[in-house]
Amino acid sequence: MFRPRHITTVLATALLAASWVTPAAAKDKVKIAFIGPLTGGVAANGIGGRNSAELAVKLRNADPKAKYDYELTVLDDECKPNTAVQVATKAGADRGIIAAVAHYCSATAIATVDTFNRLELPMIVWGAVLPDVTYRNKYPEVHRVNGTMINQNEVASKFMTGLGFKTWVVIHDTTDYGKAHNEYFSKDLKADGGKILGTFGVTADQQDFTAELTQAKALNPEVIYFGGLTPIGIRIRQQMDKLGIKAVLQGTSGIKSDAYISGLGALAEGSLSFLEGAPVDKLPGGKYFQEQYDKAGYKEPPEAYGAFAFAAMKLVLDKIEAVGPDRAKVTAALGDVKNYDSIIGPVTFDDHGQNTVSLITKYVAQDGKWVVWEDSEYGAGKRKLK
Amino acid sequence: VLAATRNSDSRPTPVDIALFGQYLVNGLMLGLMYGLVAVGFTLFFGVLDVIKFSHGDVLTVGAFTAFATYLALKATVTLPWLQLVIVSVVAILAMAVLGALIARFLVLPLRSAPALNTLLITLMLGTVLRESVRLFFPDGSNPKPFPALLPNTAFPFGHFNLRLDSMILLAAGLAMIVAVHLVINKTKLGLAIRAVAQDGETARTMGINFTFVILVTFAIGSGVAAFAGVMNGLYYNEINFGMGLLLGVFGFSAAVVGGLGNIYGAILGGFLFAALQTIGAVALPFASAYKDVFALAIIIAIMTWRPTGLIAEKSSERV
Repeated sequence: MFRPRHITTVLATALLAASWVTPAAAKDKVKIAFIGPLTGGVAANGIGGRNSAELAVKLRNADPKAKYDYELTVLDDECKPNTAVQVATKAGADRGIIAAVAHYCSATAIATVDTFNRLELPMIVWGAVLPDVTYRNKYPEVHRVNGTMINQNEVASKFMTGLGFKTWVVIHDTTDYGKAHNEYFSKDLKADGGKILGTFGVTADQQDFTAELTQAKALNPEVIYFGGLTPIGIRIRQQMDKLGIKAVLQGTSGIKSDAYISGLGALAEGSLSFLEGAPVDKLPGGKYFQEQYDKAGYKEPPEAYGAFAFAAMKLVLDKIEAVGPDRAKVTAALGDVKNYDSIIGPVTFDDHGQNTVSLITKYVAQDGKWVVWEDSEYGAGKRKLK
Repeated sequence: VLAATRNSDSRPTPVDIALFGQYLVNGLMLGLMYGLVAVGFTLFFGVLDVIKFSHGDVLTVGAFTAFATYLALKATVTLPWLQLVIVSVVAILAMAVLGALIARFLVLPLRSAPALNTLLITLMLGTVLRESVRLFFPDGSNPKPFPALLPNTAFPFGHFNLRLDSMILLAAGLAMIVAVHLVINKTKLGLAIRAVAQDGETARTMGINFTFVILVTFAIGSGVAAFAGVMNGLYYNEINFGMGLLLGVFGFSAAVVGGLGNIYGAILGGFLFAALQTIGAVALPFASAYKDVFALAIIIAIMTWRPTGLIAEKSSERV
């Protein structure tokens, strides 16, 4: 019954193939997927990651030595767990897709790890920092090139208590991401002798924080710790000013974005953030990455995790080149990554697929830029955090 | 753990007057914004019995229109008050036109279709507006710093930071409500709107230009939304493409609880909703993240008690 259509398909394919007989077409096509938040509040980070991953694919396709011709499938997880599971299922169900580089938001990454495992699609997380993504299960398919928020909060807590701060109010969003930030930071801070005067959970799309901040103001903390992402980080900092709160805003990797600074203008001054790895210009391959990124002519900046997306995609492509376009083989190859040389420095996956980077960089917003603390006027003692 | 942290420390007692003053001002500002959004919902429902779900996103587009106008003016006009006037007028007029266009091309053609269709089509339109702002406004995915065009003098009284700009915004918002009230109740146009709201067909036979009245009503509602958008921008000094979404939901809830079709109900609903949110965040022992759950749960309870809202539309349609 399907025969006539089948024949047509074969004919069409043959015709197409015939029309493509050029030297370049000698390479097989291999599909890989990128998943990130391309719409919604944190879209800027998702688009930066998408561009970076795409850049890795473009560079590989331009390389005459590459064995395959790579085709990137880009999927939008909207930073929402339910959408993320849908698109991860879509990628996993497409047997043509060999591997994925996925997720900026922890809430989405933790939601999809089971899907990747079930559909046996090897993947590398490029931005989500929730420890559970790699550590809750021991899925051979799941890997992560960036560090977790455990390291981040340890460093943040030691650093802030070291500066002499004593009292905090914690505001966190109530996604898995914000809750875990609260949990790890609160634990570390207690160990380091800091005092938390109050803790407020807020929803991730909240616009008005005056009720929470009025209470925070009455508690009179030296520091407001914010565990959440840029959009509400901006609102909280802005509304702190409206209410005349004189505390330091201590953020996490979640606010380390150009958008935080452009959204706040002068008010961003003195905000703190902590990020795994080093700034692009200090990364081993950072200069190369930035040059290639600029050369490709992307309008949007790569944002904080672009380099990780690039490194993750390059790692995936290297493994496909080495073992061939086969999911099981790529999974096995990724399980055995030791001292892999990447633009973010050497990558080594532990038995949970977690890269063992321990380097955390501290940033302070100074004159409209995120400056590494040690290089900043604050670090040099010329300016004081207010 | 959370409760323990919060209780073990000396939290200020709720009777602190300064603190109460701050909550009151916060709540009033929120309530005013919800109320202004709710007025639109209630006007549209009043004249056409439709729910226009793109209303919140019209507010967003209004705020971004104001922001774009400001960016264009920045170089030539330097007086902040003049900037503010131009920015507000442009945003309000532009949204009035947009509102009328939506009514003319999306809402009126569906007049004989089930009301659900209007609801769905405007819901989709809302997404289109929202995503358009994100995609077509330069770097629209990111929050934008809305300029502070009002004097930012602040008078600190303990925990209470009384800001001049907040006071001006409150006064302006109340003036807007009074203006809408006067238009509806004291002008010929308002009489026509009320006539159409009561019985469109009869109004038509009495020589009222039905289509014109509908378009004007949508223009007024959308203009008020733009005003609320500018107010929102001036109050928070931050706008983003998603700002209208929750404001739309809360404004709609306020309109429903107040009684769809009744302007005073909308205002009352707005303040009630804001008060519930503030109480939910401040006075209740659970995490402030549940304040919306709390506020909406109370709204649901009120709706079961008074299905037509606190102040029901005067002419009930039930026969």
